[in-house]
Amino acid sequence: MKPKSETELADAVRVSAAKGTRLQIRGGGTRAGLGHSVTGELVDVTGLKGISLYEPGALTIVAAAGTPLETIEKTLAKEGQRLPFEPMDHRALYGTNGKPTIGGVVAANISGPRRIQAGACRDSLIGVRFVDGEGTIVKNGGRVMKNVTGYDLVKLMAGSHGTLGVLTEVAFKVLPMPEAGATVIIEGLDYKNACKAMSAALTAPYDVNGAAHLPEGAGKPARTCIRVEGFEGSVKYRSARLKELLAEFGDVSVEAGLADSGRLWQQIRDAESVAAGEGDVWRMSVKPSDGARLADALGSDAQLQFDWGGGLVWACVSEGTNVRALMKGIDGHATLIRSSDATARELGVFHPEPAPLAKISAGLRSRFDPHGILNPGRMG
Amino acid sequence: MEMPVPDQEVLDRKASIVARFEEFLPAEAVISDPNETRAYECDALTAYRCQPLAVVLPGSTEEVAACLKICHAEGVPVVPRGAGTSLAGGSLPTSDSIVIGVSRMNAVLETDYENRFIKVQTGRTNLSVTGAVEENEFFYAPDPSSQLACAIAGNIAMNSGGAHCLKYGVTTNNLMGVRMVTMQGEIVDIGGAFLDAAVYDLLGVICGSEGQLGIVTEATLRILRKPEGARPVLLGFDRSEVAGACVADIIKAGVLPVAIEFMDRPCIRATEDFAHAGYPDVEALLIVEVEGSEAEIVEQLEKIKTIARKHNPSELRESASAEESAAIWKGRKAAFGAMGQINDYICLDGTIPVSQLPLVLRRMEELSKEYGLDVANVFHAGDGNLHPLILFDANKPGDLETCEAMGAEILKLCVEVGGCLTGEHGVGVEKRDLMLTQYNEGDLEAQVRVKDVFDGKWLLNPAKVFPLITTRARREAA
Ligand SMILES: Cc1cc2nc3c(=O)[nH]c(=O)nc-3n(C[C@H](O)[C@H](O)[C@H](O)COP(=O)(O)OP(=O)(O)OC[C@H]3O[C@@H](n4cnc5c(N)ncnc54)[C@H](O)[C@@H]3O)c2cc1C
Repeated sequence: MKPKSETELADAVRVSAAKGTRLQIRGGGTRAGLGHSVTGELVDVTGLKGISLYEPGALTIVAAAGTPLETIEKTLAKEGQRLPFEPMDHRALYGTNGKPTIGGVVAANISGPRRIQAGACRDSLIGVRFVDGEGTIVKNGGRVMKNVTGYDLVKLMAGSHGTLGVLTEVAFKVLPMPEAGATVIIEGLDYKNACKAMSAALTAPYDVNGAAHLPEGAGKPARTCIRVEGFEGSVKYRSARLKELLAEFGDVSVEAGLADSGRLWQQIRDAESVAAGEGDVWRMSVKPSDGARLADALGSDAQLQFDWGGGLVWACVSEGTNVRALMKGIDGHATLIRSSDATARELGVFHPEPAPLAKISAGLRSRFDPHGILNPGRMG
Repeated sequence: MEMPVPDQEVLDRKASIVARFEEFLPAEAVISDPNETRAYECDALTAYRCQPLAVVLPGSTEEVAACLKICHAEGVPVVPRGAGTSLAGGSLPTSDSIVIGVSRMNAVLETDYENRFIKVQTGRTNLSVTGAVEENEFFYAPDPSSQLACAIAGNIAMNSGGAHCLKYGVTTNNLMGVRMVTMQGEIVDIGGAFLDAAVYDLLGVICGSEGQLGIVTEATLRILRKPEGARPVLLGFDRSEVAGACVADIIKAGVLPVAIEFMDRPCIRATEDFAHAGYPDVEALLIVEVEGSEAEIVEQLEKIKTIARKHNPSELRESASAEESAAIWKGRKAAFGAMGQINDYICLDGTIPVSQLPLVLRRMEELSKEYGLDVANVFHAGDGNLHPLILFDANKPGDLETCEAMGAEILKLCVEVGGCLTGEHGVGVEKRDLMLTQYNEGDLEAQVRVKDVFDGKWLLNPAKVFPLITTRARREAA
């Protein structure tokens, strides 16, 4: 089915709930591989599209969940604004070629390198509308940046992968597009020194909004990349200071240029160096200084990429490797992003929760989707 | 204010319930004498008061868990408490409730500059979190005006904001993890020194849940390196609308100040009498602060001044020294205290889309005439979070009620123009009965379900946030 309005969708979900028909919810389908595979009647939400409100002076935009991300980004760019959280594009990783939708971005709480400074998708998300598993339309949050009226279900919906409700509308706080940007690059660092260098940059007062490390490969030396953005003069100043600060780690150069147009940060955002590998792809969120430890634990066969100052580790490992077992003593979580269905079943896509939290999660699922029809099994 | 009828059966068992706490807590940590529990009968919404059955002040997460197990077993309502500075009546007790306060738990557990976080017990005050990392040039960003007194516990429960959240976000954007005790007495860790949730974002729901889902005893907070410098500029305008338009233009131009604060004439005058900050006598005043190195500050202030000049400000005062900066902030920081000196007031907290500022200011003036009560405005203009202060005379019978009625009208207006009832103070008991103006029953039901999952017996702060009528069946069944 492809509903054209929120009410049409709600009616359809109500009917499915009564019959117990399982539903597979789909936006652009570019991230269909994220989570366990789901069977059921297809609900194509791309019929819900369009920007219903955009107020550049208030830094807010509201759009239907099926709106292509591209439409949002172009609309914002015309006013010199952008989404703060730099959402990753999963097409390279999954080899898909649809059009990502804004609802899909929210459902998986997709963020990119700027997450360390501007927050995740969930931090910019200020309002949602969704249809729960009984076909009730629910609104939470709104269109203003500061809102503590009642519980924050906005955050709960972000990253719930369509298992608590079908998103119909999302509202964001946006930010001005910076005038300039620059990347400070250090060549040839190992993981440990790369993490140290990134930490040095992030603990300096220069408002770094990207800190990633690409290991040696494709004829290029390892590169540790530190990004600053803002007004021209400010970017010049901060990149120069960072260059000085990081000189103790190795050869430092500065590449000027705005991040969003730059290939380098796109490559980092989309985890391209890992996506190209053969094998299972994992994504781990850890304490930044544990990044290097994790790299050691994964061994030299793993293809890696660091983002978020070392706190986000991407790894391509040989099929069936249980990365979580290698994380012993390291706090955080690992998500199996790409693998065969069999491996996903065996290891689980999402990091297992401790029993009391798992009980709460299951409780929420059974309250929001009592008939178990919304993307059943998607999150395990 | 309607509150649930206290459970007589619980009141009758007071002695035996108190005895259970006395078994394992030090004597000074169990307060049941009405002369002493008086200190806990209200928070900063002092119009409403009620003595609790008893107050307990555990010294560790394990003791909190033991207390909650007892309350769960005894079926006694629990009101969690931090520093009691809520302006929404969030920590207002009922007479059959046990107040569990975390004020004795205020230690710093871990400081990690390399990974940019601090772990504290939640009884610690907001300002002393920054205090613990300041000597290394770090700070904790959310800065409610009450930061000297309020605790991280309350900040998390209310998802508190502050003047600098335009750039740095509110509590939820700076909270990485919590240790929490559920109503059943189970200790859970959610999040930690890493980013984002593994499965559902439970941390995001707990932050802002007003003490209804669990008692938070420890928090992992993001800390940031202090910018090299900061400097405010003060702008005065002859009309509030023009000040509002100037705010929108600054934001549109791509300058993102750390703070844009607004004060209107009644507030400026009251503050001047009290704090003598040397503010100009104008209709509306903006304080815009930017951060960075000297060159960056100059670059941003130039842009702001250029924009401001297009709106013909009657005053444009850039700080030239640390003393002048302090003077510019002095009045703003003293505003609430100043208003309190001359009047009783209630402080509202609605948010509106910034574009609606002129309309809302005009309507508030009309309402002020209609109700015969003065309004003074001081608020975070960058994000549309208004704090109208409605002045009244507590000694005049009926004045408080008139004041509350007018407050309700203003909040409804905020919702009407696309905003919300509360931007940072929370719903508590104060705005509980207005919830249905912003959300319909289905919207509220979705929120209430979350509480069902965490607290099936509805014992944690049960009379808050939701209109009593929407939760009655649940509270009575439990
Ligand atoms: C003069 C003044 C200025 C203020 N300025 C601001 C401002 O700028 N920004 C702003 O956002 N707020 C402001 N406030 C409101 C208030 O300070 C905040 O809401 C603050 O976060 C409350 O913290 P507290 O520790 O005093 O909480 P309390 O008042 O003790 O409790 C607040 C709520 O938190 C719950 N709670 C307390 N401890 C816990 C716990 N351990 N676990 C779970 N729930 C708990 C309580 O049940 C209650 O619902 C101001 C208040 C005053 C009096």
